[in-house]
Amino acid sequence: MAAIELRNIVKVFSDKRRGRDLLTLDNINLDIEANDFVCLLGPSGCGKSTLLNIIAGFEQATSGRTLVDGKQVERPGSDRGVVFQQPTLMPWLTAIDNIAFHLKLKGVAKAERYDRAMESIDLVGLRGFEHHHPSEMSGGMNQRVGIARALLMNPSVILMDEPFAALDAQTKLEMQEELVAIWQKRRSTIVFVTHSVDEALVLGNKIVVMTKRPGRIREAVNFDLPRPRDITSPEFNDAKRHILSLIREESTRLAQAS
Amino acid sequence: MTSVTDTAPARPAFRLTRAFQGLERLVVPVVLIAGWEAFARSGMLPPALLPAPSAVLHALGDWVFGFDETTQTYSGHWLRDALASALRVFGGFALASLLGILAGVAIGWSRLFEKTLEPTLQMLRPIPPVSWIPLAIIWFGIADKPAIFLVFLGAFFPVLMNSIHGVKTVDHNLVRAGAMMGANGRQMLTDIVLPAALPSIFAGLRIAVGSAWMLTVTAEMVAVKSGLGYVLWDSYYFLRYDIVLAAMISIGLLGYLSDLGLKAIMARTLRWQQATTVQGRAG
Repeated sequence: MAAIELRNIVKVFSDKRRGRDLLTLDNINLDIEANDFVCLLGPSGCGKSTLLNIIAGFEQATSGRTLVDGKQVERPGSDRGVVFQQPTLMPWLTAIDNIAFHLKLKGVAKAERYDRAMESIDLVGLRGFEHHHPSEMSGGMNQRVGIARALLMNPSVILMDEPFAALDAQTKLEMQEELVAIWQKRRSTIVFVTHSVDEALVLGNKIVVMTKRPGRIREAVNFDLPRPRDITSPEFNDAKRHILSLIREESTRLAQAS
Repeated sequence: MTSVTDTAPARPAFRLTRAFQGLERLVVPVVLIAGWEAFARSGMLPPALLPAPSAVLHALGDWVFGFDETTQTYSGHWLRDALASALRVFGGFALASLLGILAGVAIGWSRLFEKTLEPTLQMLRPIPPVSWIPLAIIWFGIADKPAIFLVFLGAFFPVLMNSIHGVKTVDHNLVRAGAMMGANGRQMLTDIVLPAALPSIFAGLRIAVGSAWMLTVTAEMVAVKSGLGYVLWDSYYFLRYDIVLAAMISIGLLGYLSDLGLKAIMARTLRWQQATTVQGRAG
């Protein structure tokens, strides 16, 4: 049984002001195995974030079934940790209180909360900043807090929606390396949304290329290049060429259609 | 390079401003009072109609400490009067804050409350609190209760409006994050929506405490026989404008102090906000 099963997912947004419906996701079928690092790759507006939101339970599919660990997804829950595009931390809480927030909701005592959160703090390299508020930290540090928060929930699935999109190139590289290291250490299932071919190739062992409007799956590419990945190696470039050709085919098709 | 030479001469000026730090608050009041004193002494208006600041201060001093009974029956009774007003303000303000925040959060968060409760409240809002005086007196008699009721009316709507606004503008991604971490309905309100709406709620409370002081005087003019507002109105009947002004100053001062207190609580509660706002900038 796959960790995540998407069956015939269709999502239609009704645009009431313009009086028409927008088909965003058209019949998505996808199986994601446990411990997979899957990158959903596609241009802006292809519905990849919508697909992630459906798995997270933030949005409901118009039709189709979403199963996580064999259970139908109906609402958000702590079995699916989400890392948002913006850090989305509670601005009134310190880093450690943000990370341990779900423990507080469960009524765990403060000493134990902090004890357990410190592990995650170390994992994302934020020791010394645990009592800082989000406004006192950089965007990259806040995004680490967001990742640590998702990790501490110990979810079976981690869903990440372009979490590094707002970071500078150098911080982005560091974060990508750290994320891979964390994933290798913890072996959890990650679904990572990105519009960057390079990012998908650095991170994923399965890259799902999506088409633009309506969102369909063009091809799911398995990519098992050993890590750490050399982004200048022939294997990396072969994969990149393949994926770029998929994208290019798609834009030619769109150009001919219009 | 140039910046070093540029900033060097600025230092003595900087030290000068430090020596006068805190005094800058006094500049406007001192200029105003000096001008007023000069105008009052010039004799353009009879002293009974425009008492000089020194005369007002004299009346205020006697009202507070009772040294020469220039304020007659009020001499030495300031504390009792101020306390009577302050208790009404506090009573009405506390009630307004509690109900305003509760109703505001309910309306802001739930469509049901928004549909059922909000139209009625919004219709009551434009009715001037003063126009409730006849009803307040029939309902509550002549004592503290109608005064507290009027203060409540004046303070309730600013708290309500700002609480609704605060809840409605909470980032929906924070709510999603809360749901993702397993917050139940009650926790969503107490642990996410309420803290996120606090800056707005505090803005409402600060407007409300000002309205509360404004209304306690109105209420005391008609409904009760104690407090700063009563003294103000009573002195007007005896043409004691010095006491009228002393009462006005007392109300202004107490209102200012209430706001300072609220600001202090706000600064402590919203410390997390300061690094990102204009308020938190240096100096």
